[in-house]
Amino acid sequence: MSEASPAKAYGLHLGAIALLFVLSFLLPEYYHGLLARIMVLAVFAMGYNMLFGYVGLLSLGHAMFFAAGLYGAGLAVIQLGWSVPAAFAAGLGCGVVLSLVIGLLALRTSGVAFMIVTMMFAQVFYLIILYFSSWTGGDQGMVVPQPARVLAFGATSLDLTNPTVRYMSALGLFSLVLLITLALVRSRYGRVLVAIRENEERTKMLGYDTFSNKLAAVVISGIVCAASGAAYALLFGYVGSSFASVQYSILPLLWVLLGGAATTLGPLIGTLFMYYVIDITSGYTSAYLLIVGIALILLVLFLPKGILGSMRQRWLGWLP
Amino acid sequence: MTPLLTTKGLSRNFGGLRAVDSVDFTLMPGEIRAVIGPNGAGKTTFASLVSGRIQPSSGMIVFDGADITGLPAYVRVRQGIAYTFQITSVFANLTAYDNVALPVQRTLSDGRSKGAVQAGVMAALERTGLADRAHMPAGQLSYGHQRLLEVAMGLALKPRLLILDEPTQGLADSEIDNFITLVREIAASATVLLIEHNMPVVMQLADRITVFNAGKILAEGTPEAIRENAAVQQAYLGTAP
Repeated sequence: MSEASPAKAYGLHLGAIALLFVLSFLLPEYYHGLLARIMVLAVFAMGYNMLFGYVGLLSLGHAMFFAAGLYGAGLAVIQLGWSVPAAFAAGLGCGVVLSLVIGLLALRTSGVAFMIVTMMFAQVFYLIILYFSSWTGGDQGMVVPQPARVLAFGATSLDLTNPTVRYMSALGLFSLVLLITLALVRSRYGRVLVAIRENEERTKMLGYDTFSNKLAAVVISGIVCAASGAAYALLFGYVGSSFASVQYSILPLLWVLLGGAATTLGPLIGTLFMYYVIDITSGYTSAYLLIVGIALILLVLFLPKGILGSMRQRWLGWLP
Repeated sequence: MTPLLTTKGLSRNFGGLRAVDSVDFTLMPGEIRAVIGPNGAGKTTFASLVSGRIQPSSGMIVFDGADITGLPAYVRVRQGIAYTFQITSVFANLTAYDNVALPVQRTLSDGRSKGAVQAGVMAALERTGLADRAHMPAGQLSYGHQRLLEVAMGLALKPRLLILDEPTQGLADSEIDNFITLVREIAASATVLLIEHNMPVVMQLADRITVFNAGKILAEGTPEAIRENAAVQQAYLGTAP
């Protein structure tokens, strides 16, 4: 948040990216694939964190932005036969339009009303997907055919179904979003967003149009979540309505709370933590959700600011 | 000379209560004007109407020759009306530096240069004597320093009209002396509307005083004239005429 220690902050983030890069060559096959998925979903969490962590707007409808990217990209490939880059752009475009419209409507409210309004819009989006099942595949979903998931550059081409290409693509998107988030929260705009979270009335009296600033934040958050959804469709080849359900609105909130709201790396840590707890415990018992629940309760009791948030509070004040 | 601020028939009702009741008010550029009155006289409501935090029920506000009655608060701030809060409302979790950086970065027309923000922030902090506390979270500053930070944020907006709402409330006597010096400095470049309970401060600072009572202007004049005014004494002390 402060002007101090930019080198430390950028060093930490580049180090994290380098670590993920090296892990690609060390991890066994199963965890390699899992980590690629986690990185894509961590992008979703980062988009959520942008709005929830920094602006303090708690949305319960972010599944619709993820699904906008997922279906925007997926349908472009399946129904229209578009290429991978064009489909990814279509996913982003859907995210922009949807978040702009939702932002304009939902930002008339705040607090609990904002939660309810975003949740209702997401429900509408979910039901629309089910209603147009001849196009969207309904609750069965659709598989993006393997031949279509190829990134062609003239003569050479990259097969996105290849594990290494997939991992590196996921890492590329993750790194890009991570560095953009870091730059954004350290910028003047980031300072205004935090000011709105801390005291919106006061921010207005410093001459800021808080509505426009919040709307911009909703759209940025929407684009990032849509990017995650579009990447998910293209890298993992499945487009399904379960990703638009309320569960996928709650999950990014949990990931961000676990990792630490308003920390740049928290969303990754939270997503990683949750996935590994599920992965490890489900190996021992079918009642793994019970253990996940206990882990969550313990975290809320002892680390209410999440893993990184608590670390920042106690030892690492410079953490962005 | 054209007045900086004029209100015509400005009123605000809260339910059946007329908190501000058709007030005609004029403020000349460069003045330090104090607004005094008993509790509930409508001083803060009047200041909130001028700053745009609340909308009037009727009447008109003119700032620098233009009607600003319908403008939202943030636009008025951009036009040069700054308001410092009666209840301290600095951003407690942000550093003093970031608190002042918020108004500074907005007033910079050149949006890029990082050095300009730094320079502007430190200038405002030095003027209020907070420079050595720049990197403390505002919530950890003493109460008096938080009040000064509030003033620093107002100053950083480079206002033409600075509205100070009970700025000395809760300050120690030594801090009040510094504060009086500070307001005199501010008045060199801005018009000051000072809402204040502390009469020694008002008498030392104000060029003119406006007395509010029950939502209306009861009297207006120089500090000496107000001191002698029988109606003012009655409003304050409740003595029989």
